[in-house]
Amino acid sequence: MAATQKEIVDGLAEIVNEIAGIPVEDVQLDKSFTDDLDVDSLSMVEVVVAAEERFDVKIPDDDVKNLKTVGDATQYILDHQA
Amino acid sequence: MSSTNRTVVVTGIGATTPLGGDAASTWEGLVAGKSGAKPLEQEWAADQAVRIAAPAAVDPSEVIPRPQARRLDRSAQFALIAAQEAWKDAGYVGKAGESPAEDGAAHVDPDRLGAVIASGIGGVTTLLDQYDVLKEKGVRRVSPHTVPMLMPNGPSANVGLAVGARAGVHTPVSACASGAEAIGYAIEMIRTGRADVVVAGGTEAAIHPLPIAAFGNMMAMSKNNDDPQGASRPFDTARDGFVLGEGAGVLVLESAEHAAARGARVYAEAVGQGISADSHDIVQPEPEGRGISAALQNLLDRNDLDPAEIVHVNAHATSTPAGDIAELKALRKVLGDNVDHMAVSATKSMTGHLLGGAGGVESVATVLALYHRVAPPTINVENLDPEAEANADIVRGEARKLPVEGRIAALNDSFGFGGHNVVLAFRTV
Repeated sequence: MAATQKEIVDGLAEIVNEIAGIPVEDVQLDKSFTDDLDVDSLSMVEVVVAAEERFDVKIPDDDVKNLKTVGDATQYILDHQA
Repeated sequence: MSSTNRTVVVTGIGATTPLGGDAASTWEGLVAGKSGAKPLEQEWAADQAVRIAAPAAVDPSEVIPRPQARRLDRSAQFALIAAQEAWKDAGYVGKAGESPAEDGAAHVDPDRLGAVIASGIGGVTTLLDQYDVLKEKGVRRVSPHTVPMLMPNGPSANVGLAVGARAGVHTPVSACASGAEAIGYAIEMIRTGRADVVVAGGTEAAIHPLPIAAFGNMMAMSKNNDDPQGASRPFDTARDGFVLGEGAGVLVLESAEHAAARGARVYAEAVGQGISADSHDIVQPEPEGRGISAALQNLLDRNDLDPAEIVHVNAHATSTPAGDIAELKALRKVLGDNVDHMAVSATKSMTGHLLGGAGGVESVATVLALYHRVAPPTINVENLDPEAEANADIVRGEARKLPVEGRIAALNDSFGFGGHNVVLAFRTV
């Protein structure tokens, strides 16, 4: 069953918490991975791989650069999840 | 004094070792004659010929926050912990050039600050763990942090970033001489005017099935699995190889002028280094200690050091049959009767052998031996090798007081596979 928006944001929050140590409640739709959440380019790759696994979705490298905010990633997963 | 021959002093020390999570607890363990060796209880150890090691007393995961730790190889974690202790100990706070003036922190121009941290093997656990990930979980799961974690300059670069070093960040690699070579390199950076302050030392994290199997198959490690704490026994007739240790030791080195200008506490003078290469064999020590003698001679030729002042030697002495004696023969050959008043200690009997970390940790031990005027013991010497007895005065069993008055000096020997020989000299101020 496809994940809801809330489930995706909660899942991304757990992933970002694990990788960057940011409190889960700080991971909100409007937050930028780089500017707000301490996720640099290498860690973004980790976030993407973890999200792929969790939400059963493929996120090609070319699409990763468009995922600036948690909202961008959430929408991408909503649109592409199996 | 000219910019090419400046005096260098030690103003900060830090360590995380099998004996303790900082320099003070490590020193306490050394003076008390404690062993950091233990049985290896991991599942992978069951079919190893060597099932003992000396792990860090405080796991770095207890010190470094997880998000930071997961992008640092264990060797870089040790280096960072020891470097931050040394940095703080020297009176510095945060990155050079960024500490607020009102908090009383010492100041150093980042363009005059260097970092030289070495390891013998680099990020070997990262390399091997990520290869397991590749095989078991596939290409996509290999960590994007793998390269900066496994590169041998990773510890140096991370320490350089932590303190804000811009004068140069370096990583000399010479197996088990690496840590000492790093400190020697740092002394030269300051002496020749390239930097005013350099954070320098060695680190290693190689307690992993592959290095254990490989060193074991070389017959380099002790197989005294039934008695881990008695296994590392330099200069004893029953010595059968080293015990692998892990951790890091770091010094803050500083030009004497820079230290004096800010009123820094000075532990000791870092007099200089002597260096040579055996050109004999890729792993076997030259049996008469010819290369070691050359390094000692090089030290005396290039530095203003009176052998009569040398009262203590922190020997390389790893507890291998050939190496321990070659070192003592070289001391006798070059320093002659002066060796009679030198208290020779093999601290690897307690810490195990930290490979590239050894020169760092043993420099910390040597500096503290001068500062406290106490030579730590060599433990586990039940039957002193007659060749050791004939050549040197080994501090056995218990720590020994060094002369309480006057200027005294001490040496720290480090030698590495490949025939690298480094001797560092320190002196009271």
